[in-house]
Amino acid sequence: MPRTSRYRDHPEAIAALVRETEVHRDCYTDPEVFALEMEHLFANTWVYVGHASQVPQPGDAYATTVGDQPVLMVRQADGSLRVLHNRCAHKGVQLVPEGPAHVGNILRCPYHAWTYRTDGSLLATPLREGYANPAFPQSEAKRGLAPVGALRVYRDFVFCRLNPEGVSFEDFFGDSLSTLDNMVDRSPEGQLEVAGGVFRYLHRCNWKMLVDNQTDTCHPMVAHQSSAGTAVRVWQAAPPGTPKPMAVELFAPFVNPYEFFEKMGIRVWENGHGHTGVADSLHAGYSPIPGYWDAMVAAYGEERASRILGEVRHNTVYFPNIMVKGPIQTLRLFKPLAADRTLVESWTFRLVGAPDLLLERTLMYNRLINAPTSVVGHDDLEVYERSQDGLRSRGADWVNLGRLYDPAERGQATAVTNGTNEWQMRNQMRAWVRYMTATMGGAAGPGAASAGAAPADVGSAEPGVPA
Amino acid sequence: MNAGATPNDRELVDFVYREARLLDEQRFEDWLALFADDGWYWMPLAPGQTDARLHASLMHEDKLLLQVRIERLRGARTYSQQPASRSHHLLQAPTVESRDEAEGVYTTRCAFHYVETRRDEQQLHAGWATHTLVATPAGLRIRLKRVDLVNCDAAFGNLQLFM
Repeated sequence: MPRTSRYRDHPEAIAALVRETEVHRDCYTDPEVFALEMEHLFANTWVYVGHASQVPQPGDAYATTVGDQPVLMVRQADGSLRVLHNRCAHKGVQLVPEGPAHVGNILRCPYHAWTYRTDGSLLATPLREGYANPAFPQSEAKRGLAPVGALRVYRDFVFCRLNPEGVSFEDFFGDSLSTLDNMVDRSPEGQLEVAGGVFRYLHRCNWKMLVDNQTDTCHPMVAHQSSAGTAVRVWQAAPPGTPKPMAVELFAPFVNPYEFFEKMGIRVWENGHGHTGVADSLHAGYSPIPGYWDAMVAAYGEERASRILGEVRHNTVYFPNIMVKGPIQTLRLFKPLAADRTLVESWTFRLVGAPDLLLERTLMYNRLINAPTSVVGHDDLEVYERSQDGLRSRGADWVNLGRLYDPAERGQATAVTNGTNEWQMRNQMRAWVRYMTATMGGAAGPGAASAGAAPADVGSAEPGVPA
Repeated sequence: MNAGATPNDRELVDFVYREARLLDEQRFEDWLALFADDGWYWMPLAPGQTDARLHASLMHEDKLLLQVRIERLRGARTYSQQPASRSHHLLQAPTVESRDEAEGVYTTRCAFHYVETRRDEQQLHAGWATHTLVATPAGLRIRLKRVDLVNCDAAFGNLQLFM
């Protein structure tokens, strides 16, 4: 006998999964919650697709996923970008396999040779008289490839909202775009290029554990003692006078003491965005790169160059599923595959007009920290997988996000706080409820969990039990 | 400069077998001692990759980073190695690709299958290892061990030991 759906069409049950300082384990383990995330959360929010430099020429394409949806980013003849659902209108074949491609002037299906213009409109079908019947003009197929609901290219970062209606790009991201601005401004020419390849790292855990980890400042000195701590110890044994290797400079801050992380600060913004590293950061103490400062001063003048490079933001979470490091020019994309499966893509950028040594450092950082062969990555994945396993326990239902909770935080759209506050994690989960339920209708629909509102009345509903 | 005795092909091949065996026996300090002081271990991320500096690699490590990796493996708080991983190398007969007697530098190549296992999970990888070996008074040493996985650009889970 089929089990009754616990969450579908029950927005109040979804809302009840997130308390003021606790999150129900079903958020991380339940396949139905995951399916609803794909249908609602990843459709209602602005999700990162890719970077415009991945498709520089007309006819260049990049096939990827938004949530669980296969999409295609295509450069048009006029230089603009489109993002289309990557699915032939005929029988559903994925037109371009995941990854980069050059499609030229037309997209051609490998199955029956239906062709499309790069804007997605249907160009031709073989034996076209076969469709000279009254049903075809009315059919969904006649409309060609569906575009995503809305598209926005912000300083070459391509975001889409799958749903045609919903929050605007500006309202969704607000001031958080300042992190992308700062990363781009670090190029003397104000331009980034994807460079150096991408790490693809499979994680047997829920995607939100990775998002949560990005502003978790109480884990590095514990989980990464094994890797960064060992690096510092091995380095200390080197003969005196040996120049400090770049790798040690990159590893060492991971084992800074709690006080460092407390003081570096966290900033939260509306809609689940936020960043660590307000006053100080793990990226603040790197050695200067010869020639870079002069190039920046020549481009921006001393005062502005100083302001740009003085911004030391560590990890900026753009809810739902990317993290950006401005000072080290990396972007991590947490692609959800299943409730307990995530593909982490770690991308790197060249600052156009800056010395190559910056890209070299960026690539070294990415390799040491984010590769499947990274000792830091090994530390993290072990605890994620143990979390995924541990959350099977029925001995307790709730994950605790209560560190430094203050009931007054609910009324604040943006704030700067202690760097070990779990506010940003709570912020993410409040946004999660908002954009999960926004299109579900019912009492917990749009606005029920908005940042400025009083805490949602969730006391009466048990998770998973429709009220 | 060739400061060591000239190895014959058999000695070069035996060196490659022994190197893999030390890894599988988890004699990591002995393994690291096979590297020259300026030795590197390189595992490219792209097929045919030529640049280790401005293109990402899965691993590109000098002796200091290899030492960090080895010391970490047995650390009391290295939770990803509790329980520890184990490895198995199956090598095709290595071939000597070049001999530079003047410089005392030799390259070998061998195809391999590599298994890494931890708890109930076992991964199988395949690729080619290219060794650049240098003759020293203390014997042969590794200047570069290059490991090219046949699927180097695929998505992987944790790879915690050495291929």
